[in-house]
Amino acid sequence: MRSPESPVLTIDGLIKDVGPLASLDGKMLRVVSGLSMFAERGQITALLGANGAGKTTTLECAQGLQKRTGGRIELLGQDPDTAGASLRSRVGVMLQDGGLPPSARPIPLLRHIAGMYQSPLPLDGLVERLGIDTFSRTGVRRLSGGQKQRLSLAAALIGNPEVLFLDEPSAGLDPQSRQIVFELIAELRDAGMGIILTTHLMDDAQRLADYVYIIDAGRNVAEGTVADLLSHGHEAMDGVTERTLFFDAPAGLDIAAAIGDDLTITETRAGSYSVAGTLTPQHLAKLTAWWAGKGIMPASLRLEARSLEDVFLDISGRDIR
Amino acid sequence: MTSATPTLTTPHAGPAPLLRRILLQGRYETLTMIRNGEQLILAVIMPLLALVGLTVTPLLDGLGGNRVDIATPGILALCAMSTAFTGQGIATGFDRRYGVLRFLSTTPLGRIGLIAGKILAVLAVLVLQVLVVGGVAALLGWQPRPEGWLPGLGLLVLGAAAFTALGLLVAGTVRPEATLAITNLLWILLGALGGIVVPAERLPVLAQNIVHFLPSGALGQSLRDAFLHGSVSLPYVLVLLLWTIVPGAAAVRWFKWN
Repeated sequence: MRSPESPVLTIDGLIKDVGPLASLDGKMLRVVSGLSMFAERGQITALLGANGAGKTTTLECAQGLQKRTGGRIELLGQDPDTAGASLRSRVGVMLQDGGLPPSARPIPLLRHIAGMYQSPLPLDGLVERLGIDTFSRTGVRRLSGGQKQRLSLAAALIGNPEVLFLDEPSAGLDPQSRQIVFELIAELRDAGMGIILTTHLMDDAQRLADYVYIIDAGRNVAEGTVADLLSHGHEAMDGVTERTLFFDAPAGLDIAAAIGDDLTITETRAGSYSVAGTLTPQHLAKLTAWWAGKGIMPASLRLEARSLEDVFLDISGRDIR
Repeated sequence: MTSATPTLTTPHAGPAPLLRRILLQGRYETLTMIRNGEQLILAVIMPLLALVGLTVTPLLDGLGGNRVDIATPGILALCAMSTAFTGQGIATGFDRRYGVLRFLSTTPLGRIGLIAGKILAVLAVLVLQVLVVGGVAALLGWQPRPEGWLPGLGLLVLGAAAFTALGLLVAGTVRPEATLAITNLLWILLGALGGIVVPAERLPVLAQNIVHFLPSGALGQSLRDAFLHGSVSLPYVLVLLLWTIVPGAAAVRWFKWN
């Protein structure tokens, strides 16, 4: 847990009930139950969770799109439920489904949105930076997923916001768009923008986020920097740091003889080995010394720490929901 | 490239003034409406066809006036229904589906500005319709009572308000495909049998008793009173007011933004 320094967003014990019409059994459904988080200026804060975990609902409560049932939200020091145009002008929002009119063309649409602000960003720079100039004559309806996402990001940024909300920013992005979008997001963070994004992709969080909240069933289940979650988070749970060593070498080697039998050693197929468990530098030293003594040079060698995905699955369960 | 990187000026320059935001949205929605071919057919072509049809056929004979004088006020009422109810309802329904309403309400425009912009667009298109339909009617020999213009235009605005409220209520509560079906079907039914184009006295007795209480009948009949006789019938004004307030309040209560 950390304490806020200059938070752009503080959420404290958020509760959101929906229904009864929206739920299946005709009862009120609690989609967010007591979630707390904050986001700093100049940082990327990620809400990581499976579909239906309550990420989008949390974001929409913070944006003033949904009224919360309980708890406290402060966005740039104001309550989003009662704040007006001046708060909205300082906050950029990229919705999950884009929210762009299908009949519009990119440039007139961006120019229209820019008109809502006293001092918008220069259109040309943004358009060029996000590569929108390559499809500026195409109607929104005919854009690819990646093009739509880039246009949505431009629409969220045109007002030069202090806070940026991105709901599943990499959904539908081709690798090229992903590169463009991720680079810009990182640059905006470095320029001091407070960025809050949701994702169900560990990769995104691992690559972008300065701080991650893992959310499940509308609750916080873990939080920390990516490094925290990968190491300390795991140690805190069961006191070990597990790694797996993969290598290819001649078939039929007795690896246990070299490094002991406290690790899980498997020859997955002839000549392909994996050694999993609490690997220490001593293990590695023993193994390489053994190889040196026998004149064995492995054809490949790879060491993997736990991925954020492992952490996420450990915490939120491996059940399909 | 530095131009896309914000300089994060403090304090932030803030939103454009409210009036400018509303005018911008009004202009944007107006252009969207008149660039949409299907809407143009409903808003201009169909009313003009109906106007010419009623002028060259004896349908309206024997109602105490020449054909075009009786037909034109009803056609103007039909225009208000096309734009405010069917056109605007369908557009709003699909905007809701595509998240456009939600996105725009996160910008400085906000929900109030969004609705104000829609109302402005309805009024702007209505002005164009009055010019086109009025112009064609004049060529066909339409001679409205001069003193009918002021109440007539006021009633058109009131009628547009009622149909906008109804259109938003439908668009905000059912799926866009259903909005499409409902508003088109009602446009045909109310247009033909709702006392808009065909005066109430030409309808079956049972229908006559109902149409006076419908927004279509109240608008059609009161516009004919205004342009044919220069008179304003207060009961119709009350009916239109009720059709504005009740669906308007219902839309405020039940409109779903997503």
